[in-house]
This record gives sequence, C-alpha cells and structure tokens, in this order.
Amino acid sequence: MTDLTKLTIAEARDGLKASKFSARELTAAHITAMDSARGLNAFITETPEKAVEAATKSDEKLANGEAGLMEGIPIAIKDLFCTKGTLTTAASHILDGFTPEYESTVSANLWTEGAVMLGKANLDEFAMGSSNETSYYGNVVNPWRRKKDDQPLVPGGSSGGSASAVSSNIAMGATGTDTGGSIRQPAAFTGIVGMKPTYGRCSRWGTVAFASSLDQAGPMTRTVRDTAIMLEAMAGFDAKDSTSVDMEVPNFEAALTGDIRGLKVGIPKEYRLDGMSEEIAALWEQGIEWLKSAGAEIVEISLPHTKYALPAYYIIAPAEASSNLARYDGVRYGLRVEGDSLDDMYSRTRAAGFGHEVQRRILIGTYALSAGYYDAYYLKAQKVRARIAEDFKEAYKTVDTILTPTAPSAAFAFGEKGDDPLEMYLNDVFTVPASLAGLPGISLPTGLSADGLPLGLQILGRPFDEETVIRTAGVLEEAANFTAKPDAWWRG
Amino acid sequence: MSLDKATVAKVANLARIRVEENHLDTLANELNAILGWVEQLSEVDTENVAPMTSVAEMQLRWRADEITDGGYQQEIVANAPSDEDGFFAVPKVIE
Repeated sequence: MTDLTKLTIAEARDGLKASKFSARELTAAHITAMDSARGLNAFITETPEKAVEAATKSDEKLANGEAGLMEGIPIAIKDLFCTKGTLTTAASHILDGFTPEYESTVSANLWTEGAVMLGKANLDEFAMGSSNETSYYGNVVNPWRRKKDDQPLVPGGSSGGSASAVSSNIAMGATGTDTGGSIRQPAAFTGIVGMKPTYGRCSRWGTVAFASSLDQAGPMTRTVRDTAIMLEAMAGFDAKDSTSVDMEVPNFEAALTGDIRGLKVGIPKEYRLDGMSEEIAALWEQGIEWLKSAGAEIVEISLPHTKYALPAYYIIAPAEASSNLARYDGVRYGLRVEGDSLDDMYSRTRAAGFGHEVQRRILIGTYALSAGYYDAYYLKAQKVRARIAEDFKEAYKTVDTILTPTAPSAAFAFGEKGDDPLEMYLNDVFTVPASLAGLPGISLPTGLSADGLPLGLQILGRPFDEETVIRTAGVLEEAANFTAKPDAWWRG
Repeated sequence: MSLDKATVAKVANLARIRVEENHLDTLANELNAILGWVEQLSEVDTENVAPMTSVAEMQLRWRADEITDGGYQQEIVANAPSDEDGFFAVPKVIE
C-alpha cells in the first residue's frame, strides 16, 4: 500500500473522493508518523483521539457527497490559535493550563471545511523568535541535517513546529502566523511552502496576539497547490476582527494557470545586501532565469527604505506586544505567582511566566511607548513604515510581483545565533518589509545549499492579489522541481 | 539616548515585570544595543509623512451599539487561577 503520509493535500483529496482510502486510514497513518517523530518536538499537545473522531465524521460527509475543501485532511495547528477544549499555550509558561472556551475563526473555518486536527504545534514563545529556541516547551528540531553531519539544526521560527511537522510528513499542512516572517522563514528552512496572505485576509479573532497591526495567519504545506487550497479554507471576512476585510475569497487553486507570459516581476536592488552569500545570490539568479524562460519580464526596481524596515519593526512589534501582553497578569487565566500585594503578584507572575526574549521585547516596547519617548521611537517608526509602504506602492505601478530570497542563509545550528539578539533579528531582513506594508508573500523551496539544506525564494504581490503570487509561485515550483527530502533519521 | 540602571528599573516597573537588582546592568546593556541600532531611523526624512496606522486602506466599519454576546459567566472564569461566586479573585487591594 502507498505511504499515505507522502501524498499532497490535492492528491489525498482526490484519493478520498475516489474512495481509494478512507479519512480514518489517512489520519491513522499520520498519527503513526506523529508517534514516531517525538524527537522533533514539533507538538506541544497531540490530539489523536480528536483526530480519529473528526476523520470518522469526514468519512460520513464524504459518503454523503458533502465534502469540504479540506475534508479528512490531517493538519497541525500552531499553538497560538485558540482551540475550544484543547490546551492553548503560545509556548509560554504564563498560559499554563489555559483551555479556551472558544475557537479561533481561522481554525473554525478549517473544521467547517473538514480538516482534521492532529495536535497543537510548538512555536517560539508568543511567536517571538526566528529559530524556535524560545519555547517554554523546548526547541523544535529541523528534520533536515547537513550532509555527513548529525548536528541538530533549528527549523526557523516562529512557526517552527508547524514547519517541522509538514516537512517530516507528520501533517499534510499546518497553520502558521506571520508577524515579520514567521511563516516564510521556517518554510524556507525546512523545504516547504508557506504563505502570508494580505493583512486582513484571515481573521485574527481567537489567535493569541503578538503585534496586532502585523499578525496574519497563513498556510504551510508541501506544494503551492496545497497552499492555495488551504488558504481558501482559512480566509474570509469576520465581523469579530475589526481589521478583517470584507472581500470575497477567490478560488485560489484556479489561479494556478501555469501562464506568466508578460507578467512583470520586480527585482529590488536593495535586497542585494553587502556580503550576501554566493549561494543565496545564485539561487536568486536562477529564479530570475526560470521566470524569464517562462515568459515573464524582469524589471529592476528600487525599494529605497529597505534597510530601515528591521529597526522600524523592532520598535513597532515590541510596542504592540507590550500592550497586548499586558493582559497576562495572573488574574484571568494561566500562571499566578502570589505576592505581598496585587502589584507584587503581577510583577512576580510576569517575571516567572515570560521567558527572556519576551521580557526583553516587552521592556523595549514599554520604553518606546513611555512618556517623553513616544514621538522619538514609536511615532518615528510608524512614519518610516509609511515610507516603506510607499516604496512598494511605487514599485507596483510598474511590476506585478517581486522576487527575492526568503532568508539570508540556510538553517543554522542551535545556539549558533543565541548571544546577540540583533544577529538573530537579521534572519527576517527579506521578510519584514512586506510585513510592515501588509503585503502577501509566499516562500517556496527552489534549491539546496552546498551542505544539502533547502533554500527558499519569496514572491511578493499587491494587496489582496494573492492569486498572482500563487500563479507566479506555481511556475517557479514547476521549474525548480524541488524533490529533495530529509532522511527520516527521527524514526530511529 | 542611553538607558541607565534606574531607567531600566522604572520601565520594568511600568511593565510590571520584577527584575532582580543584580540583573539590571545586563538588561540595560542588551536594551541599549537594540536602541542604538534603532537610532538609524533618524536618518530617514519623515517630514510631512503621516504615521502609518493601518495597512489596508480602509475605513473602520460602523455597527449598531447592541449587546450581541454574553451570559456565560462560568465560561469566563473557567480558566482563572482563583475565582469566587463567578468573580475573579485577587489579593486584598483595599485595607
């Protein structure tokens, strides 16, 4: 019998409809894979019983011809989405024991379309990190290793558990959230596809907030087609999120026409960083060549404020985080550390409950918003952000999509970038600008490093034009024909 | 601008995060490194630029001011570390 965990979502969907296997069989195969991959630490909570229950329901719906877009497809949910009756931690000690009484809109949309939850995926604490080294529940391990080297590597972050689960065939897809690159960078590090849609496309309701003007949910899968299918199931207007956009969700899969003749693809010259690794430069060059041969017109563009995106981000995101995370006070949910007074209880609870990186960001954010410094830091950063958004707007007058590398390097080893937070922040140099501007972006694997690790390219698009991004990505995916897989060492 | 120990202690108090005295120096160094790097934003000309407040150019929606939710007190306190009679319980605030 074929290994059901090797199928794509599209293949599984067709197999289920043709009754080649049942949703229960498909889910059982993934539960077995999950059991054998604990060494990756991709999950904080596994929910196999719920998965079997959901798969049984999917079989009934399939038999009655009522299948949804994701009917019977086993997926992982990043543990930042509230799931009714299932522990939700944001990978933080401060949410100890928190079992939501409600369901996030994005996960609810997925269940309506028939998806099956395998469990809650590990992540950086409150999604703050680029290597999944800040989780209270331990590091997630990348299924990929360097050639002839057993050293464990980071999966990227913050959606590291989601990335690892999809890359190792434990889950057919996973939800991620992207604030500055948290879907796209781990997708690149683990050789999978990840998409951050336009801000407002997916509801933020019921997702633990990090930086509300940047947070956006999106799919992580193994193919561009699967990303299109899953995004359609996740997206949609939600009155409960005031920034949710009331627009029809297109059939994203139909955007995969394979035809990009005449499409104008921008290459931003500011992304050619000094000291960019030759491997990354060559990968980018190859991507340009592939799109050119498919009939796209390559246009050099300028995004002059690119270098200011990271510093602006590291004011705006911590400022919003310091405000959002004020709610964790030991009163309404999670951890409480008793103290001499109410204030003392707050301070002790928050000192014990938040990890080091989260505390650092709350302090930076609090300082940036404090009296006397607000104009110099927060207001200035929001003005710089406006200039970055203008850069893109200007560029999109002449181009339809933009092609860049996703990350400045392949996956690195644990502790390799631990000491200096600034070095870690540089991981997001290519992903943060589009986050600030709210634009859609996808990362897909297009090559291997000399060490044998996956490398990704990123395609950005106009606001709410995910379709052109998906269409371009589909062409690039076909040209790159990326078929490499990690050795399944974790099965022991 | 550079943060000294006293400022870090003040900010930590504003953020209600208890920081031990012997950790203030390390923290001040870390925060100063980040703020020093952020200084480069001052190079950008932002004269007459309005701060960005929303990514999609859209108006916030209006809705009728009606009660559409509620009536589940037990669910609200279900996750509380301490609750009494459907209320959140906290240490004594008033003497």
